[in-house]
Amino acid sequence: MLDLRSLDIRQGSFRLRADFRVAPGAKVAVLGPSGAGKSTLLSVIAGFFPAQGGSVLWQGQPLEGLAPGRRPVAMLFQDGNLFPHLDIARNVALGLTPARRLTPAQRDRVAQALARVGLAGFGPRRPAELSGGQQSRAALARILVQERPLLLLDEPFAALGPALRAEMLDLVAALVEETGATLLMVSHAPEDARRIAGEIVLVEGGTAHPPAPARALLDNPPEALRRYLGD
Amino acid sequence: MALRAGALIARGSAGLLLALLFAPLAAILIRAGGGYLPAPADWAAVRFTLLQAALSALVSVALALPVARALARRRFPGRRLFIALTGAPFILPVIVAVMGLVAIFGVRGALNTALAQLGLGPLRIYGLHGVVLAHVFFNMPLATRMLLQGWQAIPAERFRLAAQLNLPPAATFRLLEVPMLRQVVPGALAAIFAICLASFAVALILGGGPRATTVELAIYQAFTFDFDLGRAAVLALMQTALVALAAVAALVFARADGSGAGLGRPIARWDAPRGWRRGADVLVLMLAAAFLAAPILSLALSGLPGLAQLPAGIWGAAMTSVLVALASAALTCLLCLGMAAGLSAVVQGVGLLPLALSPLVLGTGWFLILNPVIAPSVLALPMLVAVNTLMAMPFCLRILAPAYARAESDHGRLADQLGLRGLARLRWLVLPRLRPALGFCAGLAAALSMGDLGVITLFGTSGQDTLPLLMYRLMGAYRTEAASAVGLILMALSFGLFWLFDRGGAAPDA
Repeated sequence: MLDLRSLDIRQGSFRLRADFRVAPGAKVAVLGPSGAGKSTLLSVIAGFFPAQGGSVLWQGQPLEGLAPGRRPVAMLFQDGNLFPHLDIARNVALGLTPARRLTPAQRDRVAQALARVGLAGFGPRRPAELSGGQQSRAALARILVQERPLLLLDEPFAALGPALRAEMLDLVAALVEETGATLLMVSHAPEDARRIAGEIVLVEGGTAHPPAPARALLDNPPEALRRYLGD
Repeated sequence: MALRAGALIARGSAGLLLALLFAPLAAILIRAGGGYLPAPADWAAVRFTLLQAALSALVSVALALPVARALARRRFPGRRLFIALTGAPFILPVIVAVMGLVAIFGVRGALNTALAQLGLGPLRIYGLHGVVLAHVFFNMPLATRMLLQGWQAIPAERFRLAAQLNLPPAATFRLLEVPMLRQVVPGALAAIFAICLASFAVALILGGGPRATTVELAIYQAFTFDFDLGRAAVLALMQTALVALAAVAALVFARADGSGAGLGRPIARWDAPRGWRRGADVLVLMLAAAFLAAPILSLALSGLPGLAQLPAGIWGAAMTSVLVALASAALTCLLCLGMAAGLSAVVQGVGLLPLALSPLVLGTGWFLILNPVIAPSVLALPMLVAVNTLMAMPFCLRILAPAYARAESDHGRLADQLGLRGLARLRWLVLPRLRPALGFCAGLAAALSMGDLGVITLFGTSGQDTLPLLMYRLMGAYRTEAASAVGLILMALSFGLFWLFDRGGAAPDA
């Protein structure tokens, strides 16, 4: 279980507070206006940015002081999710091990992950040779081999068209369904949240509100959410 | 954390660099306190050093102005190549160029032969004008690059506006180009002045005598003629004061460093005047090309016959030079990489410090340290590697540090996410991203080291000549043909090493 305990995040005059838990295996959309601190919240959980106060706990253990790579977290950023100078297979393999030589088992694992996201045979190619959608799939294949129990998505599909984005979200939903990972996904679009998220964390006015059931929230938005949705 | 390890490595590298720089400086300070006071000849050396550097800077920039202007506003086939070749003197061995200049401007050179037929001459190349001529040969191309960078930084829209207003060339010059020149020219002057203060091989071959001795040359003479280490130390101190001040001035004034990429980028110009000005630009470019190419071509011509009967010891010298060059390249890249890993401005500032110490000053200091312990000539080659590394560092660090910072800012987060640290981060992130910059730096360091004729003359050698030293000996023995042949090989190896490394860095899978 992910437990944000009295988190207090400050960045200059910006301030964000969060105090809630996320159930294991939950699929949570983090919704809110731009600049509200959605990405910052994910950065703190992933260990890229320290909180001023409070604590991030995973299964009861505080994560403070752990480097990003040591946390139980896999994260996709808005861009730069693949090393452009390495081929797809190596990019995926780095989710398993930084060793130069892969064991046969590791090589199989990479091939399986690529096949699972529909990129069988794409291993030897460079990211630049792939379309935007294929690059997203490759990044997801790496997430798959990383086998981290907590998946954070910071709008990695924002540059894709609506149909492709929906396709990626479905793939993400299927993958976390299979692995049982907990998903936190930043989004601008309520329809994304409706599509795959069970719950919504609304980030607004300096607070990240506790997760609430998505459907109920979107069908009957409270004042703060209505302001954001604009209707 | 990767960054903490990086900072540690950077501090270690910077510490090593500081030790290599300040140990000799300390030795010089201690020795200079030995009671030797500068004699009139030493002050004359200071005056000559300042005079030749000032003249070299002025003439280089003055000649570069029309060349850079013509390059900025004309489009012609071969322009890209022309601009690329202005970078070549930087890695051309000094002694090779000087020998080429002697072949053209020397007593028996092509120019004097032509003048004699007109009943004029002969012009003499030795002395002040020879030193300035050689410095102009090396630095006019550098000035051209710096000025061209300035010209290209003027937004194209302003030239479009000038064309729209139908401004005559004089007005365009006054309104658009003069303000730019006011910014760029002081930097170019200061940079070239600083470079010429510390130049040694040119003064060694073309200078000398009471009226044409630079401080750097005087240090050498204090060693080889008098073996007066106290005087050498005092001269080294004077030289350090001069060079350090000039280096600071150059850093303060210089905005464009001439290393900028994209100089070949053509910008649409509407003002390029037609008529006689077009002819003048063509003439300027042709003269500049001839001035830069003729010495090299004439050296090649006189050296080719000599290739048939190369002097004894050439292959040993070539091997020594290549090994020294490779060692310098490796050491430079390692140190620069280590210092760049700190991503810290302070550490990068430390990387510029070698600019303040000339090669012979460093050589003097290390000689003073080693001499009581071991015969310095035994350690001549390691010293050569160390000094060449220090001399190449400021240039290489300026290329590597930004590339390192860019790799970290572009991909560091992903590497953190994947837990890539230490060697894994180096292998999968840093080295592949820095490969082109590393190749270029290794090439630069190798070529600079290959062609260096400086510290080796101080330490002397016990049977291990380098190519430049062998060439210098042959010139001194008036074996011109053999010297030219060695020069050809030296030049080929310098450019060859640079090309190989640069090429290796730019390999398609980088």
